[in-house]
Amino acid sequence: MAGVQVSSLSRSFGAHKALDDVSIDFADGGFYALLGPSGSGKTTLLRQIAGFDFPDSGRIAIGGESVERVPVEKRRIGMVFQNYALFPNMSVADNVAFGLSVRGEAKATIASEVQRALDLVQLGKLGSRRPHQLSGGQRQRVALARAIVTKPRVLLLDEPLGALDKALRVDMQIELKRIQREIGITTIFVTHDQEEALTMSDRIGILRDGRLVQEGSPEEIYDSPKSEFAATFLGDANIFRGETTGTGIRLPDGTAIAAGAGATLAAGAKASCAVRPERIRIAADSGMSDPNANILRGQVSKRIFAGNNSTYFVERDRQTLKVIVQNTGADRLAEGQDVVLRWSPESTVLIATS
Amino acid sequence: MATTRILEWCGLLYIWLLLAFLYLPVIIMALMSFNVSPFYQLPFEWTTEWYVSLWQNDQLISATWNSIEIAIITTIICTVLGSAASLALYRYEFRGKKVLQALLFPPIAIPWLITGTAMLIFFFGVGIGRGLFAILLGHVALALPYVIVVVSARLQTFAPELEEAARSLGANQWQVTSRVTLPWIMPGVIAGGLFAFAVSFDQFVVSYFLSTPGQTTLPVEIYAAIRKGFTPEINAVSTIIIVVSMALMLLTARFFKFGGEK
Repeated sequence: MAGVQVSSLSRSFGAHKALDDVSIDFADGGFYALLGPSGSGKTTLLRQIAGFDFPDSGRIAIGGESVERVPVEKRRIGMVFQNYALFPNMSVADNVAFGLSVRGEAKATIASEVQRALDLVQLGKLGSRRPHQLSGGQRQRVALARAIVTKPRVLLLDEPLGALDKALRVDMQIELKRIQREIGITTIFVTHDQEEALTMSDRIGILRDGRLVQEGSPEEIYDSPKSEFAATFLGDANIFRGETTGTGIRLPDGTAIAAGAGATLAAGAKASCAVRPERIRIAADSGMSDPNANILRGQVSKRIFAGNNSTYFVERDRQTLKVIVQNTGADRLAEGQDVVLRWSPESTVLIATS
Repeated sequence: MATTRILEWCGLLYIWLLLAFLYLPVIIMALMSFNVSPFYQLPFEWTTEWYVSLWQNDQLISATWNSIEIAIITTIICTVLGSAASLALYRYEFRGKKVLQALLFPPIAIPWLITGTAMLIFFFGVGIGRGLFAILLGHVALALPYVIVVVSARLQTFAPELEEAARSLGANQWQVTSRVTLPWIMPGVIAGGLFAFAVSFDQFVVSYFLSTPGQTTLPVEIYAAIRKGFTPEINAVSTIIIVVSMALMLLTARFFKFGGEK
């Protein structure tokens, strides 16, 4: 096992900068998600760490050893591909055995290691099957067993759950996390699914246009995003834009919004505030007054009922705000109703506009 | 319902007619190789004398062996070179690749008569001349594009992640090719090899140009024999060849399910 350090990594394809000066420290034994929209460079970064492609500049170290010019077959990594990439001409057991067999391990060692790996992914009895006889979830497990049986220094996963349906995906998330904990391997996981990144990883790196936008624990990024992009890409956010007052912003219509967290900015600069939809309380009237709370008035334009919660879309000053309310069975608001929105400054993050 | 049945019958009739059209001449020829009369005269009287006299016809026997040897060597050379070339075209980007790929197709379309003439002139020019070696060279050149086309088509269905997965597991280039890529393209390699064998074994035009009286192949020898006067020995040798090649084809089809993985 080993940590992975990526420093000032850049890679261009023609005029397109796929990776632009990216530095990340992947801690030993951690579960790290690389999150970003398509074309953000997350897969390029993973392929650089794997060794399928070499950087133009920068450094990659696995366990302290520089590997940026080492080809993939010598890097001792394990990789799970998006569509599993199981060898169709081999049985499940032979697929898993492949990495050990090309290293010239003894037959008996291979057999017992393969069985252990298959047991770990709960496919102990399916060794003689062919990949095309397996379900999507089972193929996924075989791919995982094949990647970890060689005891790699780091496990790389390229959108491994993307091809599975929702229910199976949630099962596999839990399963993957269990296996990762059990063997304690440093894991780097590429995904465009923010929920997956939030629920599975210890740390998240958000990429956009080849740059690392923000990096931190899921809670850190969710509670204090440093950019509008991070705020809206990881979770939902209402964004208000205006001029800073030092402790918050003033909207174009003069309304002040106080922020309790985020950047410290010089008054007068352009800035935004982000508020998560579930932090806002919505009511038909102002009710009890809280002198510190941010208060906005608006009109419900739409309500979406989703069982355990409801999402209200509230119109105010040419902006649509989103509010998510737990479903308690009481005080449902009708579409067209005038409402008061209230949330605390602590739930408001001040963001510098770049 | 009645129409469906009529359509079914028409379909069956069509298939039987088609098979009859394909196999009847061959079956008649095979039967006649066992008939006493050398002029296809009935009634049919069983004999194996034509097979005995074939056995004594040294020219026909030696031409048959020439054909078999040349076809086998052509198949081996074309399968190896053609598969390697297909892999190179699949894996690597290099200057002039597009031109090279485009140039692979015209030889398939150029009439063999013209290729044969050109080869004759060229082989004389460079001092190779005519004979079995010239025929072999000619056959390899004719059959190679077929192998490349067939193997490349198979490679189009190969998922490149499989090679990446193998490399990520520590396999070197040779292990990747022999254990992952080759097994996948094997049906294409076999089919390409059969093509190469057929192109060579059936080859008349180019062989005719490049053969000399002592160094010739079976089709050329049969043609020469027919011009001198037809003998049922030709029926006999054709029957043997048909039986052997059909057996080979059926065996290959059985062992290497064409169309690849289920």
